[in-house]
Amino acid sequence: MNQEHLAVYEVFVRSNRGLDHKHVGSLHAESPEHALMYARDCYIRRSEGVSIWVVESSNITASTESDVENFVEPMDDKPYRHATHYVLPEKVKNM
Amino acid sequence: MISMDTKTIDEAVELAKFEQKIANEEKIEPSDWMPEAYRKNVIRQMSQHAHSEIIGMQPEGNWITRAPTLRRKAVLLSKVQDEGGHGLYLYSATETLGITRSEMIEALQSRKAKYASIFNYPTLTWADIGAIGWLVDGAAIVNQISLQRTSYGPYARAMVRICKEESFHQRQGYEIMYELAHGTPVQKQMAQDAMNRFWWPSLMMFGPHDADSAHSGQSILWKVKRESNDFLRQKFIDQSVVQIEVLGLELPDPEIVWNEERGHYDSGPIDWDEFKRVINGGGPCNYQRIKHHKKAHQEGEWVREAVRAYRLKQQTKNVA
Ligand SMILES: [Fe+2]
Ligand SMILES: [Fe+2]
Repeated sequence: MNQEHLAVYEVFVRSNRGLDHKHVGSLHAESPEHALMYARDCYIRRSEGVSIWVVESSNITASTESDVENFVEPMDDKPYRHATHYVLPEKVKNM
Repeated sequence: MISMDTKTIDEAVELAKFEQKIANEEKIEPSDWMPEAYRKNVIRQMSQHAHSEIIGMQPEGNWITRAPTLRRKAVLLSKVQDEGGHGLYLYSATETLGITRSEMIEALQSRKAKYASIFNYPTLTWADIGAIGWLVDGAAIVNQISLQRTSYGPYARAMVRICKEESFHQRQGYEIMYELAHGTPVQKQMAQDAMNRFWWPSLMMFGPHDADSAHSGQSILWKVKRESNDFLRQKFIDQSVVQIEVLGLELPDPEIVWNEERGHYDSGPIDWDEFKRVINGGGPCNYQRIKHHKKAHQEGEWVREAVRAYRLKQQTKNVA
């Protein structure tokens, strides 16, 4: 079978109940249902997860890393968004 | 008849599974079966929490243009932006339970849904911005830290994200208070006055005493709430006293005194009549808060309309 005719799916696994799904990799599949089965067979063969999400890669809109500076730089000159920017008097141990 | 029985048995099985998960400290996820009453209970609590984040932007937003320096303005703006984000996290997480954003907004605007009663008090002076960051966010943090362990997965994860952002909120407020309290006598008096006014409503944020709390019992059993109102309130009082001492201000409650035996501070009685009056619409700003929310929502309608039009255009483009 010609692989190029298959869609690429991104696979996200929730390793334990209560945690976020995390990206673990991708695979080729002919339908979302099959992608889910392949993901099961590939990515959680040793019970690495309790839940899987698959998303066709072409459905993901992503920022581009080459443009990362323009994309996130505006945050760098805002140190006051961090708690550590505010110095606490010594007697107040934590806040 | 047979299908009825099967349904009852199925439900009993599901209920047992659900209760087992709760007992095992496992999270309940959106696709899991859950009792209707649990769903309702979590929707009530989460949407109330979301509304509080959004309405809470008003008393602070009130001072953005009047912040005393550019730095203070940037900090306050940034904090209020965070609160808008918290509202978004929480509304989205609540939607996983099958309620829509419009339904929640409608419930808020028609006063069917509540929000933290503290936001019905006005911000009269710049020191109020300090008192809110320090005390109101401080009280919210105490509550939210315990909610990181709530049984509903999306709620718990939203709390983890929110708690990470909150500590900046409290510290910037405390910084404002500290500088005022160590400034001129007039500034110090302003700080004292702001603390005195926000102290009691901050204590009320934890809700009624455990014995009088309508929803607490079931919420604790389902582990939606992890600690009792009184436990969290005490924690807040204990941590605040040393912070007040460092500010060099007088205690807002003359009955606060260390109780060696309990290992906690004792404190004076809370005016629950005031709490009831304010939460039920009789506070100084209830009317204004909802009125402003409706106005802002209405004035934003053209943006939502533009977004819908754009989406439609993209869809037809893709089809063509
Ligand atoms: Fe918040
Ligand atoms: Fe906050």
